[in-house]
Amino acid sequence: MKIKSQQDFWSGLMFLVSGALFAWGAIANYSFGSSARPGPGYFPFGLGIILALLGALIMFEALTIETEDGEPIGDIAWKPLLVILGSVFVFGLLLPLVGMLIALPLLVITSSLASEQFTWKGTLTNGVFLTGFSWLVFIKGLGLTIPLLPAFLQFAG
Amino acid sequence: MDLLENLALGFATALTLKNLAYALFGSVLGTLIGVLPGLGPVATIAMLLPSIYALDTVPALIMLAGIYYGAQYGGSTTAILINVPGESSSVVTALDGYKMARQGRAGPALAAAGLGSFFAGCVGTVIIAAFAPPLTELAFKFGPAEYFSLMVLGLIGAVVLASGSLIKAIAMILLGLLLGQINTDVISGVPRYSFDIPELTDGIGFVAIAMGVFGFGEIISNLGRPAEEREVFTKDVKGLMPTAQDLKDAFPAMLRGTTLGSLLGVLPGGGALLSSFAAYTLEKKLTLKPHEVPFGQGNIRGVAGPESANNAGAQTSFIPMLTLGIPPNAVMALMVGAMTIKGIQPGPQVMTSNPELFWGLIASMWVGNFMLIILNLPLIGIWIKLLTVPYRLLYPAILAFCCIGLYTLNNNNFDVYMAVIFGLFGYAFYKLKCEPAPLLLGFILGPMMEENLRRALLLSRGDYSAFLTRPLSASLLVAAALLVVVVSLPSIKRSRKRAFEEG
Repeated sequence: MKIKSQQDFWSGLMFLVSGALFAWGAIANYSFGSSARPGPGYFPFGLGIILALLGALIMFEALTIETEDGEPIGDIAWKPLLVILGSVFVFGLLLPLVGMLIALPLLVITSSLASEQFTWKGTLTNGVFLTGFSWLVFIKGLGLTIPLLPAFLQFAG
Repeated sequence: MDLLENLALGFATALTLKNLAYALFGSVLGTLIGVLPGLGPVATIAMLLPSIYALDTVPALIMLAGIYYGAQYGGSTTAILINVPGESSSVVTALDGYKMARQGRAGPALAAAGLGSFFAGCVGTVIIAAFAPPLTELAFKFGPAEYFSLMVLGLIGAVVLASGSLIKAIAMILLGLLLGQINTDVISGVPRYSFDIPELTDGIGFVAIAMGVFGFGEIISNLGRPAEEREVFTKDVKGLMPTAQDLKDAFPAMLRGTTLGSLLGVLPGGGALLSSFAAYTLEKKLTLKPHEVPFGQGNIRGVAGPESANNAGAQTSFIPMLTLGIPPNAVMALMVGAMTIKGIQPGPQVMTSNPELFWGLIASMWVGNFMLIILNLPLIGIWIKLLTVPYRLLYPAILAFCCIGLYTLNNNNFDVYMAVIFGLFGYAFYKLKCEPAPLLLGFILGPMMEENLRRALLLSRGDYSAFLTRPLSASLLVAAALLVVVVSLPSIKRSRKRAFEEG
C-alpha cells in the first residue's frame, strides 16, 4: 500500500502513539473510578482513546485519499535544529554554574553558527551588546535573580 | 449612569503617570515585535511573564495588553511595505496594501490601516465596557456543566480558525488537553505522568511550551528556508495623507470591518486572525464602484476593512477572558496566566473584586490605541529601519531573551530543558503541517475542563445527559456541533480553503 500523504501519515502515527501512551499510562497507574465518581485516570484515559482513534483515522485517510504531490515532509534542517536546541541546552546547563556573563555570549555565538551568513565580527558585537542589554534590563532594571559570575568567584568575592 | 461611572474609574486608573508609561511601553514594544517577522505577541508576552513578578498587577496587565494590540499595528506596517506580514492577522492586508505601496501609495495605505485600527479600537473599547457587565451576570449562573460546554465550544471555535486540516487541528487540541494532564490531580492529589520528576508534578510550564513551539520551532524552520529577498519601499513613504476619495472609500469598509471584527472577536476561538479574513472576504463580495481598482491590485478597502476588523477582534476577545476567565486564544491564555501569577483568579468575580483592574485595563486599551496612532504614523521611518536588521543578528537575540525568561520563571534550568524538548516538537509540527495554536489552547483549558467535567458528573451522579438537559449547557454544545457541521460542509470547506490560500 502506498502512502498518499506523507505529512498526514506521520502526524496520524504521532497522534495514535501519543494517545495510546497516555491512555495506557492512565489505566496502568491511576484509578479510573466510575462516571459517577471519576478518578484521576478517568479524563486522560478518555482523551487518550479519542486521540488514538483520530490518529488512526488520519493515517487511514493518508493511505486512501489521493493528493497531487504526495505531500512530502521535505528535507529536515538538521543543522539549525541541532545547533539551536543544542546551544539552548548548553545554556541551561551552564547558567547556574558559570553565570550569565559567560553563558549568554556563548549562547549567542553557538546559536549564530546555525546561520549561513555567519560572521565573527557581527556575532561578537551582537554577543557583547545582548549581554550588556540583558544585564541592564533584567538584572538592574527588573531586579531578577540571575547568577552573573561563576559560582566559585561569587564565593571568593 | 453606571457605564459612565465605571469608565470614569477606568480612565482615572489608566491615566496615572505610571500606568500611562506602561501602556506606552507595551504598545511600542508590541509595534516593535509586530514589525519584526518571526516574533509574535505570544512569544513576547511569554518572555515577559517572569518579569511581571516585580510589577504591580494593573500596570503589568496594561503593558501585556498593549503588546497585543500594538502588534496588530506593527504587523500591518510590514505587510504593506515589504509584503511580509509581521503577524498572521495581517496576512490579508498584504494583498492590497503591498500593491498600493508598489504604486507609490504606501502612505495612504498605512494611514488607512492606522485610522481603521484606531476607529475599531475605540468602538471595541466601548463594546467591552457595555457588554462585559451583563455577560458577567450571566456567568454567575454557570455551573460546572455550562463551563465544560463553553470550553468545548471554545476549542471547536479554535479549530475553525486553524488553517490546514480540521481533523488534525482537533487532534492537536486533544494532544494539548493531554499535555495539560501532566500535573497533580486537583481532586485526589495524585501526581500524574510525572515520572517521579518533582518539577513535573506542578505541570509543564506554559511558557516552556509556548517558547519551545512558537519561539524555537519558528527559528529553526526560518533558518531551514533559503534566505528571502526583501524589497523595502522606504523612499516612497512621503505623502501620508490619503485623498478625500480614499477616505470616502475607506470609511464604510472600516465600519463594516469593525462590526464584523467585534462580533467574531467575542466568539471563542475568534479574535484578530479570523476577523481579518472574514472582513476581506466581505469587502471582496461587495460590488466595485466605477472608479475603484479591483481587489488584489491595490484597493484601499482591502486594507481598511481587515485592519479595522483585526483590531476590533483583538479588543473584543478580551470579553470572554475578563468575564468568564476563559481565554479565547493563545494571547488571552497568557493573560490568564499573568493574572494567576499576580494571585487573581480570572472569572466573573474580577469585575467586582478588582474594579480598578478591570476598568483600568479597558480604559487603557483606548489610551493605548490613541498613543499608537499619534506615535506610529510619524515613527514609521524608524520601524522601517528596524526591518533592515538582518535575521542572523535577530534570532540569537530572541533566543537569548527566551532563555533568560525561561530560567527566571522558577530560577531553575528545568524549564529551559523542557523548552528544548518542545522546540523539537514545534519543528515536527511545522514539518507535519500541524497547526500548533490549538495545542496551546487545549493545554491551557485542559485542567479547567477536567475539573468541571468531573464536578458536573459528580453532581449528576455520572449521568452525561445533564450536559444536554440544562438549557445553557445544551445550547453551547449545539452551537459547537453546528460549527463542526458547517465547517465540514463541502462548499464551506472549499471557500474556507480558498480564503486561507489567498493569504
